[in-house]
Amino acid sequence: MIEKSARELTREAEFVAFRAGGLEFCINIMSVREIRGWTPATAIPRAPSYIRGVINLRGVVLPIVDLGVRLGLPGTEPTARHVIIVAQVGERAAGLLVDSVSDILSVEDTSIQPTPDVASQLARMFVRGVIAMDGRMISVITMDNVLPAGIELEAA
Amino acid sequence: MDPMAEIRLTFFQECEEQLAALENGLLAMQEGETDSETVNAVFRAVHSIKGGAGAFKLDALVSFAHVFETALDKVRSGSLAPDADAMKLFLRAADALADLVAASRDGAVEDASPYVAIEEEFNALIGGGPAEEEDEFAGMDFQPIVTAFDEPAPARNRYAIRFRPLRELYAKANEPLALLRELARLGTLESQCDIKNLPFLDTFEPEDSYLSWELQLDTDASLAAVKEVFDFVEGDCDLAIAAQPPAEQAAPVPQEMDITAILRKVREEAPAIAAAAAAAAPAQPEAEAAPKARAVVQPTIRVDLDRVDRLINLVGELVINQAMLTQRVLHSSHVRDREVTSSLEELERLTREIQESVMAIRAQPVRPLFQRMSRIVREVADATAKDVRLRTEGEATEVDKTVVELLADPLTHMIRNAVDHGLESPEQRTAAGKPPEGTVRLAAAHRSGRVIIEVSDDGQGINRPRVLQKAIANGLVPPDAQLSDSEIDNLLFLPGFSTASSVSNISGRGVGMDVVKRSIQALGGRISISSAPGQGSTFTLSLPLTLAVLDGIVVTVDEQVFVIPLTAIVETVKHEPSRIHHLGDHSFVLRVRDVLVPLVDVGAELGVRAPASDLRSGVAILIETANGTRSALLVDNIQDQRQVVIKSLETNYMRVDGIAAATILGDGRVAMILDVDALVGPRHHDWAQAEIPLAKAS
Repeated sequence: MIEKSARELTREAEFVAFRAGGLEFCINIMSVREIRGWTPATAIPRAPSYIRGVINLRGVVLPIVDLGVRLGLPGTEPTARHVIIVAQVGERAAGLLVDSVSDILSVEDTSIQPTPDVASQLARMFVRGVIAMDGRMISVITMDNVLPAGIELEAA
Repeated sequence: MDPMAEIRLTFFQECEEQLAALENGLLAMQEGETDSETVNAVFRAVHSIKGGAGAFKLDALVSFAHVFETALDKVRSGSLAPDADAMKLFLRAADALADLVAASRDGAVEDASPYVAIEEEFNALIGGGPAEEEDEFAGMDFQPIVTAFDEPAPARNRYAIRFRPLRELYAKANEPLALLRELARLGTLESQCDIKNLPFLDTFEPEDSYLSWELQLDTDASLAAVKEVFDFVEGDCDLAIAAQPPAEQAAPVPQEMDITAILRKVREEAPAIAAAAAAAAPAQPEAEAAPKARAVVQPTIRVDLDRVDRLINLVGELVINQAMLTQRVLHSSHVRDREVTSSLEELERLTREIQESVMAIRAQPVRPLFQRMSRIVREVADATAKDVRLRTEGEATEVDKTVVELLADPLTHMIRNAVDHGLESPEQRTAAGKPPEGTVRLAAAHRSGRVIIEVSDDGQGINRPRVLQKAIANGLVPPDAQLSDSEIDNLLFLPGFSTASSVSNISGRGVGMDVVKRSIQALGGRISISSAPGQGSTFTLSLPLTLAVLDGIVVTVDEQVFVIPLTAIVETVKHEPSRIHHLGDHSFVLRVRDVLVPLVDVGAELGVRAPASDLRSGVAILIETANGTRSALLVDNIQDQRQVVIKSLETNYMRVDGIAAATILGDGRVAMILDVDALVGPRHHDWAQAEIPLAKAS
């Protein structure tokens, strides 16, 4: 939180841009812990469709979210070329399965526009705003709702 | 951390130990062990807390401990009999002392009235009047210290202070040196210690006060500020503060304390002291008892828990790595060297040994936990006007520290329930031909790699008709349900179930047995219940020794790998289609030596594959759940038996029904550890279907 507000003071933040389900997204670089190649995941029984399973990240059991499916886009058929972005979600960590990481953007806060009203309810849960840049439209993802809501319910 | 805070922390850690020793001793006294050893141990505990508290100026704690100690001293000297009433007061005082320590640690003591009330009871007990000032301060060695703080600074005010502590000042664990330091902080202090009252050593009373000080303070501070320094010792010393004009710098030359004279005196008196000491020896039993008791205690070190956990994690990684290495080497075709194999076996043995030793660091006896429970019993017994005795067994049983800590809440709740709901009132007990005093038993033991904790009472037992009626009223069970006794007992664990017709302020804190069950399950444990009408109920907790590893067998289901905890497994059963009976609706039973047990298809149960209409292939594994019922799990293959490191699925994900945890196998991939009880659990009973939406909504 402190980091975030400090960033906001400088009004410029860095975002990792990536492609998932054929669209462009980015997340704040402060919530990205590492980026690694795809490794086969172990399925979790009774998990929602967008949970690909769990992988062993140096001894930590890490759930993998297929971001495309989570956003209601077509699912990913992962290959060795696919990428997992390991991101921090509050106290937890999760891996985002995406098609590829494109670049790192330096974006001024003011150039992030609010999510357009036409966006679906589902998209609004994850998209904090959009960045229009060089003819690209990049959605800024917030990690808050990416994992199943059951987590919060269980914790409460 | 600054050194003072660190010392303070150590003091409170030691307080915990002293409080435990205190409670232990008091309970032993209550059981009739009133020998001097026990009484002295109790006395020492209170005394040490008082001594330490004085050093940190925790006045409320000092004064309470002092009254407590005085009463205990009467017991020690034989002038007060430790009868049942006195022991009850002592135990309550011990509880209050624990509260007071906690309050002092967390900040100020907000409400002193309960402590004052107990202090008054003590005064009444030991025969009126406030406690006499006949303290035992044998443990505290006092050294007269001459302080000279030379810090030349032009100051506006000069005060001449005459300060003569009375023995009460020391008795309240105040320290003149601290006061002098405080004064020195205000300005330049010249101090001169007056030792002319110091007696010869043969008449020297260790607890009396013989020294006084003449102080000259040059300071910018006001008279009020100087007086404030002595606020805490007001009435316990002779104090005179006089303002002097600062011009008179010619202070009297301090008399040097003639050390050589004192030494000479000591040498002359030495034989006499020896004789006096010999004579005094019997009068000071605690001085002797202390080293005796200490001799038994093994030396220990305090280690930051984070360091231990780091080590445990590293060893966990080591175990995984060792398994991976072994697997890779043995599977690579060209190495079939016997030496390599035996080295790998040696490595495995060593790794396992390291792991066990590291786990042992975290192991703790359940004694402190049980002691906390005895307090709960007292409180609830008082509130419900019942006579209750807590019997504990197996307090030395060691369990992982986290398990011990996480057990506190569920156990508290079960103990409360046992006293509040389980036991009858003394009148009812007498009418039922039982002794008026109810017994709650708390026992711990190691059994086949797990810790078994039993909470039992000799009360009325579970009122099954009422439980059933209640469950029907709450819609948990259909009105026409035919349930066995044990099924009725297990209704208690359903969410939203409470038998108390009115919510009492003791058990009814919005927490039901379902929460207890869930917290036990979160620990990898199981809870079961047995009850006999009129004779009482027993809750049995079966817990893993550690939360870090378990032995399991590795199985495959539809090419996915799962681990089944070995503790649940009874045997593997040879698969013969003729032994399987289809009950329709995808339900099967397996005949094992003429006993029919439910057969659960793990793949279908976990949604790995669609339910099969016949189960012709695979291996059946006979398992036993915590409450003793047997079922069979059907898997495709058994691969291996091995020890696996438990990795929480909840750290980054969430709890999954039917899955206990995750682990990492030799190939570096994650595998799920099955929660056997949940897999074959009561979800298979139609009447319990209501539990699922409830559990999800909570």
